Amino acid sequence: MRQMLRKHLGSMICAASLAAFSLSAAYAQDAVRIGYAVSKTGANAGGATTTTIPNYELWVKEINDAGGLKVGDRQMTIEVVEYDDRSSSEEAVRSVERLATQDKVDFILTPWGTANNLAVGPIFDKYGYPQIAGTSVTDMAPKLAARWPNSYWLLGTGGSYAEGLVDLLVKLREEGRIGDSVAMASIADGFGIELAKAGRTALQGHDFKLVYDKTYPLGTQDLAPIVNEVKALNPDVFIAFSYPPDTLGLTDQARVLNFNPKLFYTGVATAFPLYKDKFGAAAEGVVSLGGIDPNDEKVRAYIARHKEVVGKEPDRWASFMTYAGLQALQQAIEKAGTLDKEKVNEVLRTGTFDTVLGQISFDNKSRQVPNIFTVGQWQDGEFVGLEPADHPGAGKLVFPKPAWPAQ
Amino acid sequence: MTDRPVIAIGLGALVFAALAFVPYMVDGYGMSLAIAIANYTILATAWALFSGPTRYISLATVAFFGVGAYTVAVLGEVLPWPVVMLVAAINGCLLALLVGLSTLRLAGIYFVIFTFGLTELIRQVVTWYEVKVTSTVGRYVFLDIDQQAIYWQLLGVAALLFLSGYLIGRSRLGFALRVIGGDEMVARHVGIDTTRAKLLLFVLSALFMTLTGAIMAPRWTYIDPAIAFNPQVSFQTVIMALLGGVQRLWGPLLGVIPLTLLFDWLNAHFPNHYLLILGIVFMLIVYLLPQGVAGALARLRGLRSRKERASAAMKEARQ
Repeated sequence: MRQMLRKHLGSMICAASLAAFSLSAAYAQDAVRIGYAVSKTGANAGGATTTTIPNYELWVKEINDAGGLKVGDRQMTIEVVEYDDRSSSEEAVRSVERLATQDKVDFILTPWGTANNLAVGPIFDKYGYPQIAGTSVTDMAPKLAARWPNSYWLLGTGGSYAEGLVDLLVKLREEGRIGDSVAMASIADGFGIELAKAGRTALQGHDFKLVYDKTYPLGTQDLAPIVNEVKALNPDVFIAFSYPPDTLGLTDQARVLNFNPKLFYTGVATAFPLYKDKFGAAAEGVVSLGGIDPNDEKVRAYIARHKEVVGKEPDRWASFMTYAGLQALQQAIEKAGTLDKEKVNEVLRTGTFDTVLGQISFDNKSRQVPNIFTVGQWQDGEFVGLEPADHPGAGKLVFPKPAWPAQ
Repeated sequence: MTDRPVIAIGLGALVFAALAFVPYMVDGYGMSLAIAIANYTILATAWALFSGPTRYISLATVAFFGVGAYTVAVLGEVLPWPVVMLVAAINGCLLALLVGLSTLRLAGIYFVIFTFGLTELIRQVVTWYEVKVTSTVGRYVFLDIDQQAIYWQLLGVAALLFLSGYLIGRSRLGFALRVIGGDEMVARHVGIDTTRAKLLLFVLSALFMTLTGAIMAPRWTYIDPAIAFNPQVSFQTVIMALLGGVQRLWGPLLGVIPLTLLFDWLNAHFPNHYLLILGIVFMLIVYLLPQGVAGALARLRGLRSRKERASAAMKEARQ
């Protein structure tokens, strides 16, 4: 046996390496190389593994299962090169630089979050890669689009979300369903501050009375004092521009302390499936950013596919922008019929794409999707988009928020 | 390596002059690796400049680095670049003076904890200021400074750092610090103004860290307190310096280069198991190289000379 093994080992290795070689040669010809560096570890990992990575995996699998991308008259499967930016700007910069110059990938998908997308912006721009960011909320979006002409900011500006909410409040007040008093808590970090600032300006502009307007530091564990203090003020509306841990914490505390304002709004993670799983019927009536049209066929199909492939549902906010961005990229490549980045950029700039967000185009100065849901609400186990109210498929607000179910 | 300062400085200048041509030979990724190495070379060497002889373990590296980065974030678009750098340097020195005066009387673990707390304190103060006063926690740095320019600036700062380190090592100040590292009580008894000596070096070391932060800031476009004051930078600096060895000026370099390359290689080949493998590597390093690379090299040389001595003795005995 040993003899035999020794005798045949050489030829076996030869054959194996030949097979491997021909396999890689075949790959190099028919594959589109797509790279991404996202935060698999560190502070951003929670967001990246909820929103970004599942959609990238879903998209690649769908295309490869269908036989690949149609590039001209060729059918090319996708080959992925992935790195972990460890939630650090410097690592993100280096990893994308590596994707561009070492791996020489054909296209690069964007990292998770505002900070890392801004950090890698100059590199995408330098090498002419389209940067389709689905997880960056920044008021600078128009300025960034002017600076990096191939960048797209699908999640919009912080201001648009705050203003959408205030529009809703103004309507409620006109109908005489709420008074003037609003309580607002926000996390002392980029997103929370940006939204709170925009919200404050809009609320004061409409003569609302901010009875509570405080920030709390990143990583605050004990949220009961905030809820207690706000409850004592008895406002009609409670707004929290919060991050995932405190979104869950505030909801939990409000429920425990039985604080049930007519409108209860929490921030990031409210639209996550995790929120529904954790709170069940108690999620009913909670308002937040994002939202979808549950009657839209494409939306329903996307949620089902996401669940089937990734094993969990997508969040009802940035997942949709992320996936729509991927669909736009795919259609732009197929429409251009080439992997040439400049030609694909040209199509992205001027074309219209059929996505899970509907027909979208980036044919505007700010490079954003003009009409996305900015305010949504949990209604019967689905996070329904409410504002802008003229958006096709916009739902009606359930008001007032039902009482917390008994625990 | 040599006792003739003219030769040593001349050699150093030649090496740095050669390194200045790196941007013409490597691609964008090579540049970003070179920047990472230059960045940590300055941080680790500046750290060792103070912590090597005095044996004070400082975790405040990123406090100074972040102050530099924030100075650029605030003033980068308002003032010309050299002035911004000057302001950053002044800020870093003032902070170091303040911290040094209040803490260099602490020793051992108290100093370590204080420096770590200091970083957190500054981060919270900056956050508080941004939230309360400017109402924006992230800042945008839109400066057209490309990779080459960042690299050359880092290289210039590194050259200055090595020159100052070399000169200090040969000066009375350097000698005083080595005495303090050996035994602070003795140092005081032989008439060394220990606080003044430590303070001087602490400020100098902080100056280089601050400049590095300022130079690196335009690379990220977006800066918030969590990015600028990331404690990971302080830890990484200490690990690299200790791996290389802090008793010699060039010691940290021996830690920075292999570790930077290792981090990068691990991330490229094991993106999903990076931290796991990194932990194992750190444990191996601590077990196998307790004295750092420089220490291991010295021991190797010692072994060899002992062997030579032994064989010489054998020869003598035979004769």
